[in-house]
Amino acid sequence: MASQGGQDPRLAKIASSIRVIPDFPKPGIMFQDITTLLLNPEAFKDTIDLFVERYREQNISVVAGVEARGFIFGPPIALAIGAKFVPMRNPQITGEVISEEYSLEYGTDTMEMHVGAVQPGDRALIVDDLIATGGTLCAAIKLIERVGAEVVECACAIELPELKGRDRLGDKPLFVLVSSDI
Amino acid sequence: MSAHKDKDPRIHGIKTKIRVVPNFPKPGIMFQDITTLLLDPQAFRDTIDLFVERYKGKNISVVAGIEARGFIFGPPIALAIGAKFVPLRKPKKLPGEVISEEYVLEYGRDCLQMHVGAVEPGDRALVVDDLIATGGTLCAAMNLLERVGAQVVECACVIELPDLKGRERLHGKPLYVLVESH
Repeated sequence: MASQGGQDPRLAKIASSIRVIPDFPKPGIMFQDITTLLLNPEAFKDTIDLFVERYREQNISVVAGVEARGFIFGPPIALAIGAKFVPMRNPQITGEVISEEYSLEYGTDTMEMHVGAVQPGDRALIVDDLIATGGTLCAAIKLIERVGAEVVECACAIELPELKGRDRLGDKPLFVLVSSDI
Repeated sequence: MSAHKDKDPRIHGIKTKIRVVPNFPKPGIMFQDITTLLLDPQAFRDTIDLFVERYKGKNISVVAGIEARGFIFGPPIALAIGAKFVPLRKPKKLPGEVISEEYVLEYGRDCLQMHVGAVEPGDRALVVDDLIATGGTLCAAMNLLERVGAQVVECACVIELPDLKGRERLHGKPLYVLVESH
C-alpha cells in the first residue's frame, strides 16, 4: 500500500495500520479494514489531523459522512473545523429517483431530515473511509447538490485507484491519504 | 446522575437541540433525533466535552461504539482521551474473525459483533451509544467486552429513556447520561 506522495511521515504509519482481509465480503475482494487503524490512537489522530489541516481554512460549513464508516471519520473532522455534521444513509441501488420518493413518502424519515440539514449555499465536504468505484460518493454528491449546496471536495482515507472511482466524481476533487493497488 | 452535571449550563443547550419525532418509526414511539444536535457545532462540541471531562482521568483504554450512532459519539471521545476505538456492529459487517452476542428484541432477536483481538484482557472499556432505551443493546455490548476479559468501567449515552428501565439491565454497571427524556 502506497501513501500519497510519500512525503508526510504520518502517512506511512497510517498505511501500515490498515489491514487487508482477502475474500471479504466475497471471493476475490481484498477488503481494506480500517478498524486496525482505529486501534492505534496515534495513527487515528494523525488521520484526522491530516484532514483537518487541509480543510480548516476552507470555510467548510458541513461535513457529510456516509454511513457507517464515514460516521467514524466525519464527526472528528467536523468538530475540529467547526462545521455541522450530517450523517448520510446509503443510497438505494436504483439511485436518485427512489431516494427521493422514499424521503417524500415518510415525512419524518431520517433521509429527509438529513436533506433538510444541508442548506443552499452550504460548502460541503463528503467523508467516507474508502472510495472504490465511486458510486456511493457520486450519489452523496447528487443529494447535496440537489438541495443547493456546493460540494467542495470528497475525502477518503483510502483509494482503490484501479477501480477509477475518481473519474466518476466528475468535476469534484478527491483527496485521499493512501492508495491501494491490491 | 450527579447534581454537578445537571447544573452544567451546557446541558440545557444540548437538550434543546435534540428533536423528538412523534410516531417514528412506528405509531406510539417518540423518536429521539440526535441529528439536529449534530447540526449545532457548539452543542455537539459540548456533548463530547462533557464525556471527555468525565473520562479523561480514568485510564480508559478502549471506547466501544455501537453501530451506527455510537460511531458518531465514540470516536471523538476516544481521540480526546487517547483510547482505542472499537466498533460493535450488526452481523456480517466486520471482516475477519469476530465474536457474536445475540440479544432479545421486542419481537425476535438481534446480534452484535466485535473483532477478535481488538479488545484484550485487562482493557478498561467505555461503551458509548446515542441513547439507552430498554438496555438490550448495551447489555449485549457489555457481554462482548467482558467475554474477552475487559472491564466495563461505564456505559455512556447522550439520552436515557428512564421509563424503559434500561439502567437496570446493565448488571449493576454504572450508566452516565446527559439528558433524560420521559
